[in-house]
Order: sequence, then structure tokens, then C-alpha cells
Amino acid sequence: MTLAIDVSGLNKSFGARRVVQDVTIQVEEGRICGFLGPNGSGKTTTLRMLCGLLTPDSGAGTCLGFDILKQADQIKRRTGYMTQKFSLYEDLTLAENLQFTARVHGLDRREARVADALERLGLSGRRDQLAGTLSGGWKQRLALAAATLHEPRLLLLDEPTAGVDPKARRSFWDEIHALSAQGLTVLVSTHYMDEAERCHEIAYISYGKLIARGTADEVIAEAMLTTFHGEGPGIDRLAAEIAALPGVETAAPFGAALHVSGPDRAALEQALAPYRRAPFHWSETPPNLEDVFIHLMAGAEDNFQ
Amino acid sequence: MSGFSSLRVLAVLAKEFKQLTRDRLTYAMILAMPVVQLLLFGYAINSEPRHLPTALLVQEDSVFARSLISGLRNSAFFDLDRQVRSPAELDDLLRRGDTQFAITIPGDFTRRVVRGDHAQILVEADATDPSATGGAVAALQALSNQALARDLQGSVAQPSKAAPPFEVVVHSRYNPEAVTAYNIVPGLLGVILSMTLVMMTSLSVTRETERGTMESLLATPVQPIEVMVGKLAPYVLVGLIQTALILLLAGTLFHVPLGGGWAGLSLGVALFIVGSLALGFLISTVARSQLQAMQMSIFYILPSILLSGFMFPFRGMPEWAQTLGQIIPVTHFLRVVRGALLKGQSLEDMWRELAALAAFVCVVSALAMLRYRRTLD
Repeated sequence: MTLAIDVSGLNKSFGARRVVQDVTIQVEEGRICGFLGPNGSGKTTTLRMLCGLLTPDSGAGTCLGFDILKQADQIKRRTGYMTQKFSLYEDLTLAENLQFTARVHGLDRREARVADALERLGLSGRRDQLAGTLSGGWKQRLALAAATLHEPRLLLLDEPTAGVDPKARRSFWDEIHALSAQGLTVLVSTHYMDEAERCHEIAYISYGKLIARGTADEVIAEAMLTTFHGEGPGIDRLAAEIAALPGVETAAPFGAALHVSGPDRAALEQALAPYRRAPFHWSETPPNLEDVFIHLMAGAEDNFQ
Repeated sequence: MSGFSSLRVLAVLAKEFKQLTRDRLTYAMILAMPVVQLLLFGYAINSEPRHLPTALLVQEDSVFARSLISGLRNSAFFDLDRQVRSPAELDDLLRRGDTQFAITIPGDFTRRVVRGDHAQILVEADATDPSATGGAVAALQALSNQALARDLQGSVAQPSKAAPPFEVVVHSRYNPEAVTAYNIVPGLLGVILSMTLVMMTSLSVTRETERGTMESLLATPVQPIEVMVGKLAPYVLVGLIQTALILLLAGTLFHVPLGGGWAGLSLGVALFIVGSLALGFLISTVARSQLQAMQMSIFYILPSILLSGFMFPFRGMPEWAQTLGQIIPVTHFLRVVRGALLKGQSLEDMWRELAALAAFVCVVSALAMLRYRRTLD
């Protein structure tokens, strides 16, 4: 097993704010690793440190076997990085944007590569359209094409599908899986649970600290969370009331149903006892990733304060 | 809810004020601009310069000559800072722009004054900047009536008070008709190039930062020097086209003499364009928004117009302002352009100005390279 990303003890502060604390990440070659965490948890900062855009205050490690502190140029040459905000030139056409990227990376057969990329995107007919006029979903797919034009071995994606409709997200992820099948390693940050479940493994970061790692199933299992699924008329309106009870960590309405979770089974059962009556019906359910993440977030907050 | 609501006006107004104070630099500029510029330009600019450098060629050693010289000294218009021995030396000084006036007191001066035989002194003025010489020339005419008054008593007293004892012959060199356009139009070349080039490039990096494209660019293997050269090269062409256009119009519409000095002019234009672009690039690495970049450009361009000798005579400014003006590349570029077009200066005549421009290019480029961030830290 070869590690595409192998960094440990990464720290980064901006002023007095410690944005990333002792983050250690290892991603095997050819795997898709989902990078999750609430807003402002240090995901973007970590990605930027991995590709040499930011210098860590301390910590060390390698990307693709190159030292992240000393060999940023080597890493940049072999890494595709897609920023959170659309960062291609809106006043250049699709083809011009890709040609620019091809030149900056000093690629050969540039025309052919650009034509191939546009063909794969299904945008050959719009090669002379300005990139700024594309819709959100197409912009992201164009940005992905630009980030992979130089055939990188590592792809860093920073919330690539924020604000993109489900269909476009689906095709975006199909593309990522296709790339991964060719041996590309992908580290992708996201807020979407369905996307997290499409990753080979996930890493959860909160308040700058990495607090969970593994496959989706492993993360769920390690959380040791108990979840009850409640149904019945008006049960969703009881969310606030139930959430305030001791032993209950979260109570989240799912449509007309309610998911109530807590780390301590006995305490949770005790809290729910008064509600185990008609017309409500309760059943135990395996927690899903979202339940786990909300649990992790709550825990991390406690540790942090 | 329609009509005019003062609450809604207040809402917009309060928001606007808050945003203004959040942008510290803009805020500072609003206060600093009037104060700095008022102090700077209020004290520096003087449209009727005194203490102009004057070279003297005295071909006779006599009481009259000495009286005349002390008269010149007392006039406050002339700084007699050079004594030369030959007309050729005077000529060199004028052509190189080392002196504003060259005054020759001829060898037969005393003899002719005493005889009342059309005594003359020759004053050659560098009229490439006509406004610099006007006051001084007027003062010279008055001088001819008084300078020798004390010496011309007793036996050598002049019979009639009507005619002055000697005549001041003024030669306005390089622009004999004192056409203002001859001075302004070549100067405009420097100002226009500064305005467009510094401003355009100052926006170049800032725009990428503001639009977010900088992050992608930094994530590629591209090197700082590659970005700088690539970004600036197109503007070199812009600068050359502007130069050609201005020179063409200067010749055809304003009949500015294109007197030669092409070698120096070409070198000067090249250095000035590169220097302006490097400065714009430096600004764009410092400014955090395009608005800030614009403000900084204007902060540079105003002194370039006012302290460079473009609008007001350089030598009219106090010493400190001249020192400040020496730092501005437009100052040196103006001398190169005027020197080349109006005086036909050779490369050797303008080497100091060219060296100053070259130094500017090196220092500013180096600073820009140091400032250019390869990371987002």
C-alpha cells in the first residue's frame, strides 16, 4: 500500500486563531477520501497546505512522496486543485481557459488535450462561449476538467459541488469515480452526506482537529450512537422539547418523523419513556452519517471550550 | 410602503458609512490625500522660479564686469554657480540642461560702455521650458539700468539718462518663440504613459486576487518572474503604440521639432515603459483590492504631474521638493524627451537621466519580485 497523502501534526494559525490543530491525514493511492466538517473547521486551510498554497506553522509530511514544505513545486506539478470559488477566467472562452492551463503546465499536444477534455465534458459545441456565462454546474465541471488536464496523480477538491443541482452533482461524482478508477487519489471536502457516502473513506475535522476517520460504516460504528426513529401525528413538532431532555443529544425532524440520538442508551431510553405512548410509535434505527456528524460536532465543541 | 422614507435613507446611509470605515486604507486616503497633497504641492510649486542655475563667461576682468556680476547676484533670479572659459563650454552646459542661463560678458564691454558704443551682454536661456525663464529675462532688462549706476559717475558719467549703458541681448535657445506646446507636448508623453501603464498593471494582480483566479494560478507550477514578464509584456506593446501615436501627433498637429536624439529617446522610452509597468506590478502586489490599486496609482501620478517639471518649472521648486522630484521617473523621462526632441541631445548628454531610469527599473522590479507572494499566507 502506497500513501498518496501522508502528513502529520499539521498546524496553522492566522493571528491568534488556531485554524488547524495537529491534523494527521493519510490517504492511500487511488482512494477517494471525503473531507468533512462544519464551516470554518479548517478544511480549506488543510487542502491549501497540502498543495503548497499555505505554509504550515508546524508539522511535516509528504504528498505523492514529496515533502510538503520543501518540494511544493514538485507537488504542484502533479496535483490538481479545484478551489471553492470558481477560479477560471470568466472573460475567456472555455477553450481559452483550458489552453491557458495546458500552457502553464507546459503540456504537449495541447490542442488535442483541450479538444478531448471538452469532448468528455460534452461542451465541444460551446468551446467559444465565455466561461462566465456557464451555469453553476457546468462551471464546476469545467473547473474539474482544468484541474485534471495535466493528468495529476492527486486531486484536491474544495467543496466542488456547493450550490450545484442534484443531476449535475451526480455526473460530477461519476467523473470523480472514473478518475479514481484510473488510479487518481482524490481528497474532496463536502457538506453533503450523500457525497460522503460515495467516498471510499472519510475524515471528519472540527475546530481544526481531526476527530474521526475511516469508512462511512466504521465512522458510524465508532460513534457508538443510539438512534430512535419516532413516528406519529405531530411528532416532528416535539423536536425542541425532546432535544432539551437529559440524555438526548439531538432530535431532528425527518419529514413527519423524528430522529432522536444520544451516546448513552439507558439515558436515552429513560428520556423517551414518557413519549412511548399512542399515537407515537418508536423503533430503533442504525444512525446515519448525519446523526453521527451532528453528534461529533457537539462533542468537538465541548472539547474545544 | 411607497413614497420617500427617511428611515430607508438612513438605513442606506448608515450602511454606506460603516462600509467606508471598514476599508481602512480608503479611509486613510480620504484624510491623507488633502493634507499630504496640500502641504506637498502648496509649498513646492512656484510658477515664477528664482535662483536659477546660471553659467558665466567673463571675457574681461574689470570694475564694470564685477559690478554687473554682483548686480546679477543680488537679483535673486540667478545663481551664478559656474564660471567657464569658452563659449563652447557654455554651449555644452546649455545642451545638457546643466544650466538654465548662460551669460557672456564680452571682452570689449568696458570700452564700449565708456564710449557709449552699443555695449552688450549676451544672455542665452534654455527655453525648452519657457515659463522658467520669463521672470528672469524681465529682471535682466531692469538690471541694465541700475547695475552700473554707481560706477558711471564723474568722468565716465553718461550724458543722457534716456539710454541704458548697455544692452541685454537674450537668445532663447531650443524654443526661440517660446511656444508652450513645445514644452507641454513632449512632457505629455511621460504623463500619458504613466497614467495608462501604471494604472493598467496595478490592476493586473489585484484583479486576479479579487476574482479568486489567483488561487488557481498559485496552485500551478508557474514562477513569479514568469507571471510578471507574461503580465507586463502586452503592456510594453501598448506603451510603444502610445509613444508612436503621441510623437506622430506632436509632429503633425503641434509642429514640435523632432530634433533627433533618437538613440537616447528610444532607450529612455524603453526604460520608462518597463519602469512604469514594474511600478504598477509592485502596487498590485501591495493593494488588496482594485479600488486600493487605483488610489495608489493616483497617489503616484499626481506628483508625477506636479513635481516632475511637467506643469511647473522643476528649478522653481525648493531644494527638498527637487530631491523628491528626482525620485520620480517622469522627471528624468521628461528631460530625456525634451532633450532629445528639442535639443537633439546625444546619448552622452543624457546618460545621467538614463542611468536614473535604469536604477528605477532595477529597484522597483526587485521590490515587486520580493513582494509577489507565492503562497496565500
